[in-house]
Amino acid sequence: MKNRKAPFEDRIFDLDECLPRERLAALQIDRLNRTLDRARHVPFYADRLKRVGAIKSLDDVKRLPLTTKLDLRGGYPLDFMAIRRDEIARIHGSSGTTGKMTFVPYSRRDMESWRNLCARFLSAGGLRPGHLVQICFGYGLFTGGFGLHYGVEHLGAAVIPAGAGNSERQLAILRDIKPDAVVCTPGYALNLAEILQAEGVDPSELNVKFGFFGSEPWTDEMRARIEDELGIFATDNYGLSEVIGPGVSGECPWRDGMHVSEDHFLVECIDPETLEPVAPGEKGELVITTLAKEGMPVIRYRTRDISSLDPEPCPCGRTGVRMSRVTGRSDDMMIIRGVNVYPTQIEEALLRIREAAPHYEVELTRPGALDVATVRVEMLPGMFSASMKEMVELRERIMSAISSVTGIRMEVELVAPQSLQRFLGKAKRVTDLRFKEEPKP
Amino acid sequence: MKIRQIAIFMENKPGHIMGICRILADAGISITTLSLADTQQYGILRLIVNQWEKAAETLEKAGYVVNITEVLAVEVEDKPGGLLQVLEIIRSGDINVEYMYAFTFRHGEKAVMVFRFNDPDKAIELLAKSRVKVLDGVALFKEMH
Amino acid sequence: MKENASDKVFNPASATDYVPLPQLRGLQLERLKRAVAGAYRNQRCGLFKKRMDESGVKPEDVQSLDDIRRLPFSVKTDLRDTYPYGMFAVPQREVVRLQASSGTTGKPIVVGYTKNDIAVWSDAMLRSMSAAGLSSEDVIQVSYGYGLFTGGLGAHYGGETLGATVIPTSGGNTERQIMVMQDFGVTAICCTPSYFIHISEKAAEMGIDLKALALRAGVFGAEPWSEAMRHRIQEDTGIKAYDIYGLTEIIGPGVAMECAEQSGLHVFEDYFYPEVIDPGTLEPLPDGEEGELVLTTLAKEAIPMIRYRTRDITAIMPERCACGRSVRRIRRIGRRSDDMMIIRGVNVYPSQIEAAVLKIKGLLPHYEIILTREGGLDHMEIKVEVTPALFDDRIRAVESLQQQIAHAVFSTVGIHAKVTLAESKSIARSEGKAKRIIDRRGI
Repeated sequence: MKNRKAPFEDRIFDLDECLPRERLAALQIDRLNRTLDRARHVPFYADRLKRVGAIKSLDDVKRLPLTTKLDLRGGYPLDFMAIRRDEIARIHGSSGTTGKMTFVPYSRRDMESWRNLCARFLSAGGLRPGHLVQICFGYGLFTGGFGLHYGVEHLGAAVIPAGAGNSERQLAILRDIKPDAVVCTPGYALNLAEILQAEGVDPSELNVKFGFFGSEPWTDEMRARIEDELGIFATDNYGLSEVIGPGVSGECPWRDGMHVSEDHFLVECIDPETLEPVAPGEKGELVITTLAKEGMPVIRYRTRDISSLDPEPCPCGRTGVRMSRVTGRSDDMMIIRGVNVYPTQIEEALLRIREAAPHYEVELTRPGALDVATVRVEMLPGMFSASMKEMVELRERIMSAISSVTGIRMEVELVAPQSLQRFLGKAKRVTDLRFKEEPKP
Repeated sequence: MKIRQIAIFMENKPGHIMGICRILADAGISITTLSLADTQQYGILRLIVNQWEKAAETLEKAGYVVNITEVLAVEVEDKPGGLLQVLEIIRSGDINVEYMYAFTFRHGEKAVMVFRFNDPDKAIELLAKSRVKVLDGVALFKEMH
Repeated sequence: MKENASDKVFNPASATDYVPLPQLRGLQLERLKRAVAGAYRNQRCGLFKKRMDESGVKPEDVQSLDDIRRLPFSVKTDLRDTYPYGMFAVPQREVVRLQASSGTTGKPIVVGYTKNDIAVWSDAMLRSMSAAGLSSEDVIQVSYGYGLFTGGLGAHYGGETLGATVIPTSGGNTERQIMVMQDFGVTAICCTPSYFIHISEKAAEMGIDLKALALRAGVFGAEPWSEAMRHRIQEDTGIKAYDIYGLTEIIGPGVAMECAEQSGLHVFEDYFYPEVIDPGTLEPLPDGEEGELVLTTLAKEAIPMIRYRTRDITAIMPERCACGRSVRRIRRIGRRSDDMMIIRGVNVYPSQIEAAVLKIKGLLPHYEIILTREGGLDHMEIKVEVTPALFDDRIRAVESLQQQIAHAVFSTVGIHAKVTLAESKSIARSEGKAKRIIDRRGI
């Protein structure tokens, strides 16, 4: 499957993607030192980097302090900004509980780097100037939509900013406007494929040839299904808003891992417990240091994403190390339809309804192609009413509170008191049934 | 075995049920039992009456939207566990109860309940096998008078 | 009102707005000739040639700006009838963006932009923002919806071209909007006026005084609003509220914009040539008289538009504006010459709702659309009379019917409607054309 031949000639968008390793290392050290200088404008780093001198070898990196999501939250709103306020060109944000979002300022140069980084993986996945791309990601503070939007523009292709949701309209665009490529979450791509099938549309009526999928975990089986049902060549890409957004890494036509743009990001893979580096190819938590970011540089940021790094040369000629698809998280964050959600956000939503949050659990399933999150809430005395009207209202109030805090719609079931399982110690709030392994024959 | 139930769509407005009762009374129709399901905005009134065809016609003429459904009137032992017994029989056949409500009178030593099942024929078969009595319209009407 | 230092300051970016009239008219005539000739000779879109041939006009007949009245009109259905690409005047590889707005039925209206069109649009938005006193120093929050709708990306590119800081909050999640406004020292916001009223009410609820924030200007558009609403916004929040006008068929927002005088909207007429006609006789009306606005694009490549009938009712203001701009002003738009509704900034036609309701079980029950405004936000209720075919004795079945209708409406117009069910014959019948829309928003 991995070696399914790409239906196009590979085209390297930026020669920096092919820097010889030793040149790359020298560039990284140079840029790292400059990043450290920039980071010293941030009080948090100034303090932590006090005793750190110039970096001479990449081995020294592990002596640098790690940065966590909690650190970034503590710096709300813009304590991690390393440029002047009037140098900000754009501000994006990552999800988190209200008041605990992380906002990321971009300088004009950052915007330029970002569009270049996105154009790299778009080109590697087959996109060419003159192509038409349907972007089904949400625009706004979320980096997914804009990252790809400017990447496509930069590459010289045309954008249809379709935005997220409204499958019927997306389908009308696919059929009538005939884009060459589609950008969305893999789950959404499968969903579109299913609707196409249900409506009896033959994929040959479409013109879509390439798919760029990211923002949520997926599998090789899913890729095979998407490719068969939509008749496209699908590539994976990776990124996170704390670092830049999409564009940290992306697959080449060989599709054996995602090439990290190492001229912009220094990546390590560590054991989340011991914080020691794992052996090449071993799974661990991805740690990223930005090398060219001006607005908000991060040093050794713990992504919480579990992946592995493959340093073997790739036949495509790109020299960036390849990271495997993200297989899990080292915290309790859920990715639902491409949106990052923490269980604490659900708690916050429930607290808006009542002073004491009732017991609840979240179940994630994927009955069709799309994620469904069901929140079961135990009734507390005083919540129950004999009037169906009031019960329906209560359920709707909870649903709207959850959607206002997390930005996505979840199903809510009201269940009897004491009916949810209790755990000693830390409650297990989330049951993820989306990626249950099918029994092998 | 199945009996006809009349369901009427009503917006939640004061005096609505009264209006329906008046129409039926004027037409000389008696209500055997009823249930009202309410939501935020509207209600569904379900009625078992002695002359369902006439009732439906009269209500439709008066401008109501009426729907006729087949339901079962099932005898239930009027003692603890009586309803449970019926439900267990139903469950064994993988039949779902869509809704249910009770009659206002007793049938000898038994209570009577109205059920809407997703598969009424299979329910009749199973209940009969377990010797649970399912009443027909004639029997019900006799019972009332 | 808060200090608005740059109100009277000349912003070099908007120099074109002050060009002496003879030069402006000369530029317009030159561009008009080129636009008409280009549209007539276009190999891809034969529409303009066909229409001009039918009315016996040749491009050479356009020798003065007044000659524009000899040209045939174009209308909204032209885009629908040629959906999707029929009106594109350039090869697809030159198109860099597509945007869309709702059409009168299920199919959307799709428009395209070349790289140069995006530059024209960004420039028109930049000049709009300059007219509102904004500059590269500003922090602009864009709370219009992004995506196919032109509001979000139009304001976004305008703010970027201006060199300002852009925060693309997009629509929704009002608490977060307020948090962003407060924490990032936002100085200007772009959204619909009703959404801003919603934001200000929510802020009051949260105990946040918008007057105490850095926010000083609002660029409000995509829906009609009144002077009374402007007064309320300005009184309550201490910002200056500006009206912006535009439409997807022409380019998006940025066709016309108010200046600090807040007395009519300056049309960026070097790009968009305005006329006002009598919608009945289709004869041009003299400046100052009220009629339907007709626009001709003078610099648009992907989809040029000749004499496009906007259906918006306004008048061209004959006097020169005290701000010194030479480009003419149109009066604020209060009504339309068709039955289009604007709900939360989205254009909705009753025929679209009808098409959506018709999808359910293939029959059309009696229905009416009730528009209300609570807390600044528009709400659309679709009241449907229950028929025997739609009714079921199970609540869950009836609820699922409501959901299906709501979903069909959402997938057609992109707005969440509340679907309520009514008893049969309870919706008032009128003779002839049914009055389907009850607008209680008090605009």
